[in-house]
Formats: sequence, C-alpha cells, structure tokens
Amino acid sequence: MRFVKDIKKYWTYAIYSAKAELKSEVASSYLNWLWWILDPLLFMLVYTFIAEIVFRRSEPYFPVFVLIGLTMWNFFDKIILGSVKIVKNNHAIVSKVYVPKFILIMQKMMVNGFKMLISFGLIALMMAAFRVPPTYKIVYIVPLLIVLLIVTFAIGNLMLHFGVFVEDLFNVMKVVLKLAFYMTGIFFSIENRVPAPYNELLLKLNPIAFLIDSGRECMLYGTTPDFRLLLAWGVGGVLLSAVALKVVYKYENSYVKVI
Amino acid sequence: MEEREIALDVKDLKISYRCLKAYSIRKSLLQFKKSKVEIFEAVRGVTFQVPKGEILGIVGKNGSGKSTMLRAIAGIFSPDSGTIDLYGNSVSLLSIGVGFQKKLSGRENILLSGMLLGFSEEQIREKMDEIIEFAGLGKFIDMPVKTYSSGMHSKLAFSITAVLESDIMLIDEVLSVGDAKFKKKSYRKMKELISDKERTVVIVSHNSDTLRKLCTSLMWLHDGKVRMIGDTEEVLHAYEEFMS
Repeated sequence: MRFVKDIKKYWTYAIYSAKAELKSEVASSYLNWLWWILDPLLFMLVYTFIAEIVFRRSEPYFPVFVLIGLTMWNFFDKIILGSVKIVKNNHAIVSKVYVPKFILIMQKMMVNGFKMLISFGLIALMMAAFRVPPTYKIVYIVPLLIVLLIVTFAIGNLMLHFGVFVEDLFNVMKVVLKLAFYMTGIFFSIENRVPAPYNELLLKLNPIAFLIDSGRECMLYGTTPDFRLLLAWGVGGVLLSAVALKVVYKYENSYVKVI
Repeated sequence: MEEREIALDVKDLKISYRCLKAYSIRKSLLQFKKSKVEIFEAVRGVTFQVPKGEILGIVGKNGSGKSTMLRAIAGIFSPDSGTIDLYGNSVSLLSIGVGFQKKLSGRENILLSGMLLGFSEEQIREKMDEIIEFAGLGKFIDMPVKTYSSGMHSKLAFSITAVLESDIMLIDEVLSVGDAKFKKKSYRKMKELISDKERTVVIVSHNSDTLRKLCTSLMWLHDGKVRMIGDTEEVLHAYEEFMS
C-alpha cells in the first residue's frame, strides 16, 4: 500500500523536522521550554477561575479535571486549525519537491504530541498534589489517546484538502472549533451540566468530548471507559482516515496549481 | 542511430491550470453568478525521450510551459493526460531552492532538504561538509535561514541539490546564482556534473552561450508544444531567428 511505503520513506524526515521545530521554538523565546508547561497551567487557572468563582460550578479535583480537558483539546485544536493552512504554509517545500501531504500533518502531530506528553507529565504531578487515589485504570488513557490520534489525523487530512480549495475555511474553522470547544466541556462536566437528552448525545456523537470525558473518568475517578464506543470511534477514525487519504492522494499534485 | 538506454520518456504530456481557482464561501454567498472557469493549457501534448547520459536543453519564450513541464517531471505537478516514465531513476529539480524552513539553521535545512530529496541521514552527513564548503556561507550556516540574504539563500539551495546528486537532474535557470565568484564555481560544478556519463540532464535556459556549451540536443517549446527538436546549433539558430 502506498501509505505504508510513504510512511517508511518519509518517517525519518517527519521526526527530524519535528525535532528541529521543537528545538527552534525553544531557542527563539525567552522562557523557552517553560512555555510548554506554563501555557496549559495558566489556562487551567483561567478556566478554573471562571468556573469556580464566576459560575460557582465545580467537580472533584477541578483544576486537574480542567487540565486533562485542556491538554487533549489543545492537541486536537492545534492540528485541525493548523491543517487548514498547512499546504500554504509549506508552500516553499511543496512547490519544489514532492512530499506526501499527510506527512506534513504527521510532523505537526509529533510536535504537538510531544507538548501533550509534557502536559500529561504535569497532570501526573497535579494528581499527586491533589492526592487523587491512583487506580490501575489509569492505563486506559493509552487506548483513548490512540483513538484521539486517529480521529485527529483523519479530520486533519480532510481539512488539509479543503483548506487548499476553500479560501476562507480558516475563518470558518475558527468559529466551528470555538463552538466545538464549548460542546466538548473543557471546564464543565457535560454529564452534570448539560440538560438530559443532550448530554448523552454530546458524549456519544462528539468523539473529542467522549475521549476527554473517558480520560477524566479513568484517571481521576477510577471508572472504565465504554470500550464498545471507543472501538466504534477507533474504527470510524480509521475508515475516515482511509477516505481522507484517498482524496488527498488523488488531488495532492494539483494543490500547487492553486496556491 | 545507435540504440541507447532511455532514461526519461515523456509521452503526449498535457498540463492545464483549470477550475482550480480557490473557492471562497464569502464570495459565493455575495455573488450568485458563477465565476467563469478559466482554462489555461500550459503544456499541450509534448512527446520526447532523453537517452541516458544526454543533456537536453529547452528553450522557449516566457510562459511557453518550460518550468511547468520540469515540475511535472519532478513529480510536483500531476499531468492532466499523458505519461512520464523515469525508468526508476531518481530525479531532482535544481531550481532556486528545495524550500527551506526559515526558522531553522542552514545546517538543519541541509538535512531536511536532503531527506526530502530521498537521501538517508548518513548519506547527507557524509556530504554535509562538502555542501557547506561549496555554499561558502561561513558562520551563517548555523544561523536561521530567515537571516540570509537572497543571494546566500540561493547559494545554499544550489549547493544542496548540486552536491547531493541524482540520476536525472532538472535545471531551471540556476546558472546565474550568487556573485561572480560563486557563478564561476557553480558553472564549473555544473560542467562536472554534466560530464558524468551516467547522468541525464534537462536544462531550461535563456542563455544561448550556456546551451551551446553544455547541451547535446535542444528542444524548442512554443505555446506548450514542441516546435523543434534536434541538434543544438540548428534549433538555436532557428530560435534566435524567430525571436529577433
């Protein structure tokens, strides 16, 4: 299969390029790598403040609850929004040499995945500080993250394709993602705060809401995720990825003609 | 004519830019009339073969489809119809730059560009010093590419593609890169690359002198079609007569 062949061929490029990007990010700012920790931490404080002080709503271990949501959401959000303009932003490369376009997304996923891992380290520290009783169910976060990667990759590839042809998709996606942010329950619990039929619907139909909610459940409250739904989203993500890759492969050589 | 191994075979190649204008939701909401679909045929049915080791020059006025065709051969554009067969040879387009990541240093960009051209990390590291020496950027090699002047930019780009050799090299007007000293150096390098019997080269240039000195045969593209192909002197003569 072409996909596997291309991954083999360009894997080292993606890794090296991701490493170089992370390095240059560190080199170019004053607090450099500290921002990878400060950013989620500060936003955690902002949302905790809004929810607990302004709306007087809280959940057990609320700051950690917010941080898990933010960490997973930020990954998804950055990839999707970045994918829309990814071909245009890599114009210098794309117009000079052939590179499978999904590799650009993988590179971005590596960069942001690394930041997500750091953020998860932070979550672990916070869990210790808040004395969250540890259970073995924490390991369920691994399959949850794998499905998150698959779903993000699929939607990212679709955005990459349509981002080339639809000029103002970026503006549209900014609004859509903001809406999705509130429908994913980053700083509130969908189950407890959204009225009855809708909360179930959101948790079933919004994969990110489902993944974040399950992540919190297994890490903070020691519950087992709904594996049937997880499997469904995993398979759905793989199928969607296959469709998106097919589309991208079919049209990728005409992208240069547009930009 | 003796039978020779073919390195590059282009058959009835057609490339057009059409209905690929970016679409905007805002525009389509504001104006109901459909935007006209413009078709521009850049290359209209070009057929040629290049035997292994040959140096084919391409001439033609601006907009005759030369660069578009080179990009198609390099695999960046998809042909609308027709075929391009490289017989498994590796190909690189030696135009102004492989495309750099501006935030990264020259050294890192050499590695990234090399990997995109299909070389392994060890192969590139082996040639790294040669590339750096050839580019002659001094301490700038470890600075971010965004700090480079345009001349330094093209010098680095040329050095990467020239030192990391591929079986088929497509050269698009790069013989005029950098200052006088670098120009001489790059010209010498070009000659050296081209004189390799195993290497097939396609050169696009407007410089008759260069073409006369380097090419074994010449193709004249006019409005996306082959107007003439054959002996360098003959074609060049006809072309110069036509252009004057």
